[in-house]
Amino acid sequence: MRDVAIISFAQTKHAREISDINEVEILMPLMTEALASAGIAKERVDFVCSASSDYLAGQPFSFVMSLDAFGPWPPISESHVDMDGAWAMYEAWVKMQMGKTDIALVYAYGKSSPGNIRRVLSRQLDPYSLGPLWLDSVSIAAMQARLGLDAGVFTEQQIAEVVVDARRHGAQNPFAQLGGTFDVAGLLEEPEFVAPLRKHDCAPVTDGAAVMILAAGDVARELSDRPAWIRGIDHRIEAAALGVRDLTRSTSTKLAAQHARVAAGAVDFAELHAPFAHQELLLRAAIGLDDSVTVNPSGGALCANPIMTAGLVRLGEAAARITRGDGDRAVAHATSGPCLQQNLVCVLEGD
Amino acid sequence: MGAQRVAIVGVGQTHHQAIIDGSIAGVVRTAAQRALDDADMTWSDIDAVVIGKAPDFFEGVMMPELFLADALGAVGKPMFRVHTAGSVGGSTAIVASDLIASGLHERVLTVAFEKQSESEAMWALSVSMPFQPPMHAGAGGYFAPHIRSYMSRSGAPDHIGVLVALKDRLNALKNPYAHLHQDDVTFESINETMMLWDPIRLGETCPSSDGACAMVLTNEAGGDAAAAAGRPPAWVKGTALRSEPTMFAGRDQVNPQGGRDCAADVFKQAGISDPFREVDVVEMYVPFSWFEPMWLENLGFAPIGDGWKFVENGVTQMTGELPVNCSGGVLSSNPIGASGMLRFAEAAMQVRGQAGEHQIDGARTALGHAYGGGSQFFAMWVVSSTKP
Repeated sequence: MRDVAIISFAQTKHAREISDINEVEILMPLMTEALASAGIAKERVDFVCSASSDYLAGQPFSFVMSLDAFGPWPPISESHVDMDGAWAMYEAWVKMQMGKTDIALVYAYGKSSPGNIRRVLSRQLDPYSLGPLWLDSVSIAAMQARLGLDAGVFTEQQIAEVVVDARRHGAQNPFAQLGGTFDVAGLLEEPEFVAPLRKHDCAPVTDGAAVMILAAGDVARELSDRPAWIRGIDHRIEAAALGVRDLTRSTSTKLAAQHARVAAGAVDFAELHAPFAHQELLLRAAIGLDDSVTVNPSGGALCANPIMTAGLVRLGEAAARITRGDGDRAVAHATSGPCLQQNLVCVLEGD
Repeated sequence: MGAQRVAIVGVGQTHHQAIIDGSIAGVVRTAAQRALDDADMTWSDIDAVVIGKAPDFFEGVMMPELFLADALGAVGKPMFRVHTAGSVGGSTAIVASDLIASGLHERVLTVAFEKQSESEAMWALSVSMPFQPPMHAGAGGYFAPHIRSYMSRSGAPDHIGVLVALKDRLNALKNPYAHLHQDDVTFESINETMMLWDPIRLGETCPSSDGACAMVLTNEAGGDAAAAAGRPPAWVKGTALRSEPTMFAGRDQVNPQGGRDCAADVFKQAGISDPFREVDVVEMYVPFSWFEPMWLENLGFAPIGDGWKFVENGVTQMTGELPVNCSGGVLSSNPIGASGMLRFAEAAMQVRGQAGEHQIDGARTALGHAYGGGSQFFAMWVVSSTKP
């Protein structure tokens, strides 16, 4: 595979509501920041790929307007996915494998605040069976947590420990929405929200966006002192019908991790896209991360979860840490769909 | 193109119609199964699935690829969803092609669909948004001024649009998969239809269709194997995407720079310097009849201002020098998300010699063209009966 690296990343200060500006206005400063950080003008970008959901914007073809944030004139080579931005990054990475595309810009955005995200996400369900029940995203995740607890895959104590770590890390992250010092005993005294999940076990509702720049080979070396090289990347999907899946394991994550060759070396840290605390435990197990691996030093989705964007943020956070020298080999992960239905795993390395 | 050659070895589509009385999963699986049958493959032969469609709003399912994973045999495999306006069917095929060209996969299934009967696309497109000009009752209202401007610039007479519609509807009679089969269609019957968005008559407008299209793409070894088995593949000679800003006052919506650049790029990759002479057959995205002469000029087939003369002189008929939309085109079948992929797939069918009654004898090189949005998104590929 051709060497491709993440060389620049910018994100919003994620918030419960960014209501005074639209998506283009959210993205434009991030584009400027990411390009400036890479030290390039936008004319050097060979390919642009973005990710967003019309169901958040409440408008068909909503991405059409947000492209104005890049300013595609003269016309550009460009594509868009209706998946998390991590998959937009994947499309760009594929395009770069063929040799002619040296620099790609990827962006993703999602404003959940205008709607009721729990109800909106229920529109992802099979429209003939589960969809008409308006089964909401928190309730589905709660059923998964219950299955895991009953099967002894994890304990309430372990779920609370995930939250304690996430919030502690979030407090150190200027872009995170939540953060702070908590203890397990205190968290377990909180009332249940949708049993067995407590509010802190669920990702917050977030508005936010992110921009990433990829570069290949010598171009990456020219533009970055320490590029975060993509050494393995793969994504897999599981069945939609919840009843045919073993929800206490993430088989698609395990498969993607194998194809991304996570086990080929030691992992210094991981950024895992777990919108619910118990899912981080399932992901750790599926990827095969032992307890020595720091997970979500950014605080993860539990501290900021802009829909369509949070997976790309995991890739960007991991790359930024590699570039800063905070580690040499990292795993970044993104998810989509109910109960971790679809998962992407990426291995990033410094030189 | 990249290091790896890409072959189209299987094509499948539904019988497009106003209402396919079945599930969305059934619609996509029907097209996919036909593509697999055509490729002499089974579901387990496929490495990855790439699916595309136009806005999720049209069926009321958010990210429908999630619930379609089972129906498309994608469980345990990579499944990728593309969404680039009306050009999405073309963009989706290009992502699938890239997965082969990059060497990542050997056999990729790509599918695009729309089930317009689940909703009303015209009004779904007409959501009023703050600080944005309204669409006014769907795409026809948006495009009518562009067409009027083309007529004004080129001096094209009023009847050109009717001629295009008549040609495509007559071609559709040769295509068993086309939605509209108007056996008694005439110039007069189209000309007398209601004026919807002046100058666009009802008869010059695409239908609302349910339908899907699928293709199986392979690497060079797969293409060679298909050829050896007596199933000639289509070879991808070039792919290109272009996008431009929606509201930029400097853009020309009648002859968009993005379309010109995209065509120049894809023809260059395919080694084509004179598209009119070197391309044997074209499947272009013509949702309203007048876009045929407009795109003939935009793509470089006709000199600026002369596209309508090509139509009037019969150049784009099946018996003409540059047959356009032998399948009946978007004017005869419009499952929106699939319409771009149908153009790409029909181009492949022509160079494979499998287009049946609407086959152009000896077609070797074909262009598949898709556009979307307000004429600011373009996707194209050139396919050939011979290896690049």
